[in-house]
Amino acid sequence: MLRNRIAQAMGGMGKRLKGVEVTAGHVTRSYGDFKALDDVSVRIEKGEFFSLLGPSGCGKTTLLRIIAGFDSPDSGTVLFDGKDVLPFPPEKRQSNTVFQTYALFPHLTVYENIAFPLRLKHVDKQEIDRKVREYVHLVQLDEHIDKKPNMLSGGQKQRVAIARALINEPSVLLLDEPLSALDAKLRQNLLIELDELHDKVGITFIYVTHDQSEALSVSDRIAVMNHGKVLQIGTPYEIYEAPATEFVAKFIGETNLYPCTVTSCERYNDEYMMTIDVPSLGRAIYVTDEEPMEIGRGLNFTVRPEKITITIEPPSKQKAGINTFHGIVEEPVYSGFQSKFYVQLDDVGTVVKVFKQHTNFMDDGPEIEWKDLVYVSWSADDGYLVKVIDE
Amino acid sequence: MSIKDGRRSSERRERRLGVSYAAPMGVWFTVFFIAPLVIIILYSFLKRGLYGGVEWEFSLTAYGQMFNPNFGKVLLRTIWISVVATAFCILLAIPTGYAMARSKHQTLLLFLIIIPFWTNSLIRIYAWISILSTEGFFNEILKSLGIIDEGLHLIYNHGSVILVLIYMYLPFAILPLFTTIDKFDFSLLDAARDLGATKFGAIRLVMLPNIRSGLLTAIVFTFIPIFGAYTVPLLVGGKDSTMIGNIIVDQVSKTRNWPLASAFSMILTLVSTVGVIWMMMSSRKEQAQKKNVTNQQKTEQNILDHHTTGGEA
Repeated sequence: MLRNRIAQAMGGMGKRLKGVEVTAGHVTRSYGDFKALDDVSVRIEKGEFFSLLGPSGCGKTTLLRIIAGFDSPDSGTVLFDGKDVLPFPPEKRQSNTVFQTYALFPHLTVYENIAFPLRLKHVDKQEIDRKVREYVHLVQLDEHIDKKPNMLSGGQKQRVAIARALINEPSVLLLDEPLSALDAKLRQNLLIELDELHDKVGITFIYVTHDQSEALSVSDRIAVMNHGKVLQIGTPYEIYEAPATEFVAKFIGETNLYPCTVTSCERYNDEYMMTIDVPSLGRAIYVTDEEPMEIGRGLNFTVRPEKITITIEPPSKQKAGINTFHGIVEEPVYSGFQSKFYVQLDDVGTVVKVFKQHTNFMDDGPEIEWKDLVYVSWSADDGYLVKVIDE
Repeated sequence: MSIKDGRRSSERRERRLGVSYAAPMGVWFTVFFIAPLVIIILYSFLKRGLYGGVEWEFSLTAYGQMFNPNFGKVLLRTIWISVVATAFCILLAIPTGYAMARSKHQTLLLFLIIIPFWTNSLIRIYAWISILSTEGFFNEILKSLGIIDEGLHLIYNHGSVILVLIYMYLPFAILPLFTTIDKFDFSLLDAARDLGATKFGAIRLVMLPNIRSGLLTAIVFTFIPIFGAYTVPLLVGGKDSTMIGNIIVDQVSKTRNWPLASAFSMILTLVSTVGVIWMMMSSRKEQAQKKNVTNQQKTEQNILDHHTTGGEA
């Protein structure tokens, strides 16, 4: 497989490039009335695989273009290892970009595309040839070296774009949704290759995507953005398990999210056990959190569908802090490794999403079907209180 | 069998209908384009009549007469004026087409380029005369600004011919260039700069090779009419700014040497034919390249197979 080849090639070449720390400080950029970036600050560590994640129009690409030098901020700073790079045009920065549409030069062959940056630097002809062949081999395109881009498949084009961006030995590789034009299967494979490549070359990767599963699976850290603002910066685990805002909770994965009010709060071991009133669920429920909340405070309660248990029999009540509801299965969706159930609760009529993982035949329990009456339950530990409510 | 026959006969009928659809166009071209062309070719090989017209006798005299040093001078002048005017047209049209393609007001700009065509070309040339002449608009402004005391001689020379030719034919360069630049993927310029090219380098190394077809069309569309121009040199040119077009007019109406006029117009036909063939050949080359794209789907499938069956070794 390609990643082994990359591991070998990079190892053989002794290629361990130097990454830089990239800092954006209070970056603001407007287009007319539209604020594409609103006081954005991020610090991306040396050699980190950092993702900018958000829906289209959230400002992630604008931020990437500002870091690359294609756009300038109205105010704010961009530093590479503490050095201001804003006065420099893109060709003078230690960053290279892999573009969403690959941006391969259609009039040049694979070889000439990859040689392009070296020829601009007037590198010795033999040295160009040696290096280009090395990188072509690296991305496994040896037999396509003399082809024009329009004869390559999407995945091959993407590899040419990566080889071309790396041949300059940049300190930061900027990736602008590089996989979005590929089909799902290919995307998954290239994602793994990209991750492997990052481990080998060791430079800073800044990866722009709107696909939360891509970001979760490869990033060291993620910045979730919306409406030109960074809402949360954290590891994939933090972002998924402890979303800082209502938007982050809804955007990353699927979730059940309801407004709630804190009614009681007491210390419980090293955590706080709270009861919260959730109007959509019709009654108060238990939830734990690391920090205490003041009584009467309005928050959002969220629980991930895969953390809810669905049973036909009522769950045994041995443990404290289990929240149980009764309802009817309105829509079962079978999707292979798991089933999704949309359960309408009695009385309140609220629909709760529940994902049930299929394991082996013996442990899977009785099959749950449409219109079955079921119990849904979750532990207080699996609920989470989202502190910021979006306006 | 019967179904097959039925299909075949309907195909045949389709083909017959195709011919009849194309007939009006064919007749039009034969009567108004091919027939006159044949007549001109024929005339160029005939003997001149005494008072215009021709005598039906084969002769190469007309072509012999062309090798006159005076005509040679005109031919050379026509070539260099055409080359210079075309070059200026292209140099002006590339940035204009670029700016139009990147503008939000494309329709308005296109409209502005087309507006001058609403006025007859003769009137537009006369407008230039009133601008450039010694007591013209431009000189009057310079005088009132106190820069000059006496009107400059801006007209009736090669310069004024080139200037007005550029003015007349610039739109023919802008339109094809705008169309190709509009289709150009501007992210390629970003990519080039990202990889180390300067702003100008990116345009030279990446944009120009990719708008080749538009450049070619623009060159052919401006060079051919400029090469055959006769009103512009006639109205704003000096005594020694005549071009081939003027010779033809003179030979038809004054000297009444129709075979010679026909022979000269053969040069124009030759130049346009070469231009058109050049254009066709390079567009065919481009088409051949695009044909390979269909192979892409096959490759894509191969890759997919490779990844799914090859597994995550």
